[in-house]
Amino acid sequence: MKNSHLKDEVRRVLQQVTDPEMPFINIVELGMLEDITIQDDDFVQVTLLPTFSGCPALDMIKADVKEKAKKLLNEWNNDLMIEVIFSFHPPWTTDRISEEGKEKLKRNGISPPPAQYTAGESWRIACPYCNSMYTTMENIFGPTACRSILYCNQCKNPFEAMKPIANLSRI
Amino acid sequence: MQRDEFILCELLYQFADDNFILAYRGSEWLGLAPHIEEDVAFSSINQDMMGHAVMYYSLLEEIGAGNMDDLSHSRKPQNFRNAILLELKNGSGHYLENPDYDWAFTVARNFLFSVFKQVRLEALTQSSYEPLKQTAVKILSEHYYHFMHWETWFMQLMSSTKEARERMEQAVLRCWKEFAGVISIGMYSAEMNKRKLICSEADLRKAWLDKMENVFQKLKFKIEEPPGMESGNGRNGEHTDDLTEALKVLNEVYGGDKEAVSW
Repeated sequence: MKNSHLKDEVRRVLQQVTDPEMPFINIVELGMLEDITIQDDDFVQVTLLPTFSGCPALDMIKADVKEKAKKLLNEWNNDLMIEVIFSFHPPWTTDRISEEGKEKLKRNGISPPPAQYTAGESWRIACPYCNSMYTTMENIFGPTACRSILYCNQCKNPFEAMKPIANLSRI
Repeated sequence: MQRDEFILCELLYQFADDNFILAYRGSEWLGLAPHIEEDVAFSSINQDMMGHAVMYYSLLEEIGAGNMDDLSHSRKPQNFRNAILLELKNGSGHYLENPDYDWAFTVARNFLFSVFKQVRLEALTQSSYEPLKQTAVKILSEHYYHFMHWETWFMQLMSSTKEARERMEQAVLRCWKEFAGVISIGMYSAEMNKRKLICSEADLRKAWLDKMENVFQKLKFKIEEPPGMESGNGRNGEHTDDLTEALKVLNEVYGGDKEAVSW
């Protein structure tokens, strides 16, 4: 009972941790949170799934989680410790992004990826500004590992889209 | 270290070092790629591949091979297990002085390797070592985009002007002469197979050759001779001066000033 309440509290703290490259979205909305476990009543372990393996933001995210969680945990119990581990199992996939997360991406000029994506399928992306489907892919690779660069032929804005990532071993 | 762990390490070094050294060669193109969009794309691919190397080095760290930074930066060239093709310089000259790099060679090397990486990752999703299996699944989802990228360059340059075609054919032949070294899994292959860590070298070779033949057929291109291993087998610690030189540059900060990298 106590522990489940603590879990909720930790989850609330994680909602304050954002991606340093996309500071408007938090790591829970992004679908990075896999698990919170409490062991022996004084050890909290948070398991996060990195979006891309070469993501340079991971160390910053880890430090941020620890710093913010520590404050909360000290209020709760001075002996509580927290550890953050990154796991690639299960692999992070696009369908883990929450609906609020997708809305936030869109409001910030980044088209959210399609929830379901099958390798080899063409990728239809709506412009985040005018919703037109009349868009052109300029570069699959963008300013960060997880984003691509596109152009809207309707409202003439360049924009970015998050790359769809599917678990390809299932196909 | 037990025999089981030793054999597993030998295999993991091959994957870690392949990705590490080719990502380094790729990063030497920064600011020199044919156009700015390619600069963005290629650096993103190199960053991902460095990430793949990190994943394999961390598997090595977990089984007690040593600290990840030391594994990548403090090992002697003869302890590297990457294929020789992947360590070769991008061309003549140096990054800072008159880099006369060969884009045809870069496209050919990256495409041929991408096809092989796909084959190898698919094989690893059946590995008996669970963490390796999971790593392969993750990397496959990113490699999908890398593969598409190099396939586009390869097909377009091979179908372009006469000069492009000739330069590409020469580059492919140059890679072909070393590619058996990429396919090789080294002197411990029998023990690796026995433990079901990876499929047999013959299976890898067949799967890769089938895919290459398919691509070549579309391009009306043919190579009669089997892939060679002219400069030696990197899986067994044989390397060229190109690797020694690359590691010297890579280690400049790490080896020179421990304080600087301790953050």
